Parts: sequence; C-alpha cells; structure tokens
Amino acid sequence: MSEQIISSRGRTWFEVLSAGGTKIAGLAGSVLAADKLIGSMPARLIAIVPDAANRFPRAARGEVGLLEGWNVARVVREVIAADQDQTTKRAIIAIVDVPSQAYGRREEAYGIHQALAAAGGAYASARLAGHPVVALIVGKAMSGGFLAHGYQANRLIAFNDPGVVVHAMNKAAAARITLRSVEELEALAEKVPPMAYDIRNYATLGLLWKLIDISAPECPSNADLATAQDALLAAIADIAQSPRDLSGRLHAKNRQASRHVRELLRAQWQ
Amino acid sequence: MNKQHLLTSKSFIELSARERAKSLLDAGSMRELIGPFDRVKSPWLEQQGIVSQADDGMVVAKGTIDGAPAVVLAIEGGFQGGSLGEVAGAKMAGALELAAEDNRRGIPTRAVLLLETGGVRLQEANLGLAAIAEIHAAIADLRRYQPVIAVVAGTVGCFGGMSVAAALCSYLVVTREARLGLNGPQVIEQEAGIEEYDSRNRPFIWSFSGGEQRFKTGLVDRYVADDAQEIGSTVRALFQQGVPASHRDERVTEFLNMLDRVDTAQQAESTAVRMIFGKEM
Repeated sequence: MSEQIISSRGRTWFEVLSAGGTKIAGLAGSVLAADKLIGSMPARLIAIVPDAANRFPRAARGEVGLLEGWNVARVVREVIAADQDQTTKRAIIAIVDVPSQAYGRREEAYGIHQALAAAGGAYASARLAGHPVVALIVGKAMSGGFLAHGYQANRLIAFNDPGVVVHAMNKAAAARITLRSVEELEALAEKVPPMAYDIRNYATLGLLWKLIDISAPECPSNADLATAQDALLAAIADIAQSPRDLSGRLHAKNRQASRHVRELLRAQWQ
Repeated sequence: MNKQHLLTSKSFIELSARERAKSLLDAGSMRELIGPFDRVKSPWLEQQGIVSQADDGMVVAKGTIDGAPAVVLAIEGGFQGGSLGEVAGAKMAGALELAAEDNRRGIPTRAVLLLETGGVRLQEANLGLAAIAEIHAAIADLRRYQPVIAVVAGTVGCFGGMSVAAALCSYLVVTREARLGLNGPQVIEQEAGIEEYDSRNRPFIWSFSGGEQRFKTGLVDRYVADDAQEIGSTVRALFQQGVPASHRDERVTEFLNMLDRVDTAQQAESTAVRMIFGKEM
C-alpha cells in the first residue's frame, strides 16, 4: 500500500508543535496525536488531517467522520484516565483545520452524530476534569467538524489570516438553504456579524480568546512557532485562574442577547 | 394496542412545544421562564427581513416531574424549522447551566430536551453554532449529577449540531416518526450527489435515520408510540434509573471495534448496520 501524505495546515502545525515529542500509535491515519512539553507544560496535541487512504471515502479530505470522532475521543479519554489521580492535569491542544463534517450515506448509517458527540464529549469531560484545553485554529473550523474538534476548549486561539474561517456551513450550501444567492449572502455577511466568514468579524463575537499574527501559516518560521507556543502557554496560564466552563465567551457587545437571556433566566429561576 | 386505547390516547406530535412541555411536568406545576410576554426576540432576524417570534421558538418550562425539580426545554419546530439562533440557543444552554448549578448546591434539578430542529439557524450562523457548543458543554456538566433525557418525537426530527446534543444525553427517546442524523438529506445530496443520498426517497431516509432503525442499532434507548401518556411514563421511568454507568459517547472501544467490522468498500445498507450495531431485542 503506497502511503500518500497530503499536506494541510493541520498536519504542518501538528508536526512543528509536536517535533521531538512522543507520537501515539495505532490511530486512524486521519488522526494525529502526540505528547510533548510546551515550555515546561506537558501537553497532548491532536490534529485531524486528510488521509487519501481513509476507509471511509467521504472523510478522505480532512472532514470529521466516524473514525475521526471516535479516535479523537480515544486519545482524549486516555489522557483523562491516565491523569485521574494527578493534581496537575496535562494540557490538551486541539490543532484545528477541519473543512467540515463528512457528508455521506455510510456516515449517517453508522451514526456520525454519535462519533462527533464522542469527540466533543471527551473534550468537555477533560475540561470538567481540570485539564486545560486549548484550540489553536490554524485553518478552517467549520460546523460539525469544529463542534467535535475544538469548540469545547477553555480557550480558542486563531491565526489572524485570510485562510482561517469559522462558520456553520460553507457559502454555497448556506446560500441554497436560505434561498439566497452567494452574492446576497456575502452582502448580508458584511452587515450581520454572526454571518461573516472572515476571522476578524468572527473576533467581534467575543468567542476567541486571542488572534495571533503568523507570517507564514503554510510554512511556519521559527518566530511563528514561538508565537504560537507563547500563545498556548499564556492560554494555559489564564485557564488556571478561571472557572472551567465556557463563560469567558460571553463578554462581547455582539453577544448581548446571550448575556441578557442568562440574566433573565437567573432572575426568574427560583 | 386495543381500540379503547386508540380512542383515549393523545398524540404527542400534534402538541405544540408549550403543550408538550406541560404534558411532561406534574399537573399544575409548570411555570414558563422568559415566555412570549418577555418578548426576548432574535436581534438578528429583522435586519434580514425575516419575521421574528416573541419566544424565539424555545420554551423554557420549570416545574416538577414525580415531585422532583425539573426543567423542560422544548423547541418549537414550526418556527424557522426549529433552528437555533442566539436567543433560543442561550435559553437552552442557560437553563441547563442553572440546572447544573442547582445540583452543585444540593437541589437535584433534572432536564428534558424536546428536540425538533434542523440545528444551527443559518441567519445567525456563528452565534447559533457557538450556542450549540454551549449546550453540549452544559449537557456534559449536568449529566454528571442527573440524567439528561432527550425526546425526538417528530415530525421535524433532530439534525445538525443538535443531533450531537441528543447523542450526549443520558437517554434518548424516539417515535417512528422521528429522524435523527447529523446532516439533513438535502445537504448530503447537494454535497455528495443523488447516488450517495436521495433526499426525496422517504423510505430510504427512514431506513437509516428513522426512529425504529436508530433503536434497533442501539443509538437510542427507547422506541415509543406517538402517545403523550406513554412518552410521559417513559421519561419518568428513565429518571428513576438514574445516571447510566456510562454514556454512549464514552463507549469508545466498543464503537471503534464495531466500526472495524464495517465493509466500507460497499455502500451502507440498513440491514448491515443492524448486523454490526444491533442489540438482541
């Protein structure tokens, strides 16, 4: 069997960040995991990458499918179990470059929703168990793929770069489903921040912890690597001072309604 | 099912979200939070020329179930396909967060989710997706203390990020009308072609994502008739079982072993899924 490595930002950043670390064996070809010290902090790094030989053909281009969801769950839950009795819990770093979830008959048939829940649930469990969980968004963070791999992190860090996109659905499909042309959708995205596709607009929603400037995201320099490592360490330090929930995401002006609803609920709860 | 039962039974599917919530709570115990008169509407729809709704399609109902404190979160599938925008999403996430907080203070509040939804409301795209991530987080938190039960009765079904929320719940209850799947049939057909998924072939779609198939393949816990009384008694019985020893998403080795047995050179058949995932009935 010939092994064909497809390059992707996710793979590139996994390799530079985990260089010299211990790779986890026995995973699907589309899931990379390694243990590595970031500064003096032990961390497990996890990436989902394209795998032309994927047994599930609809998940060969980096999509999050059945094997990806369950394998990510495996490497996250291994860490939770291994550190169960430790006072200092290893950090878990999700390197995010996921174009979408996998769209296919096999995927629906064998419960891709459950596979995504396995990954997302594992990250959430790790966070609740006290592991600092950080998502580093180096490329695309789309829809169900991002829900499974990254969105449960305590802190989200993204590259300030046009190749970075966070969204619920790709433009063409979103236009069809909302009965608009792509041009109309783009015009609306200019005015309505939650609909925007670019990372700077996304940053106005208050969900990101930090945007970092990286000069060469496809082929990182030593300075780029240092910038990313520093941001990860700063996030881990910040998490240590904060609650282990996602409340840090609620502060932006463009999330007023999310805060207002929670305040009203609390006032009316008892 | 005898004739007398047919004459006296009441359809759950035909109930509105508010009526569904009420039917699950102890009689006279329901109190709605952020109801339509609070008029907390979507801040994003009107600027896109879309009519908003005074409850944003989400009912938050507090009360008791068998005397224990409970909150029922019911999605109104008739408004925007049950999709979750910022407000609807925050109502569900916020109520689950408060239920978990109650448990940390010794109040055993439990939650039922009534899911009729296509997932993210694309007109509020990133804030819908973020809210769904917060719902996942809150389910993962609350289920450490109390079972979180989801009911998918139909007819909208449960898709997108909310199918992932359903898959995180302690127990999942479905009817024959229910569908549960990540991607809606039309989206799969658009992305992968009609050979892969024919969105107009209803028997084909139900054979994979319908309630009966999901039950026979162990991806849901209870398969019930469209009967408000039966759904109510099923929910109460599941609460009595307490938090399961392991949640479905935690059974990693078991699912990886089952996926190893899938012949992926062949296109999927619902009978093959039953062979590999099926439980002895």
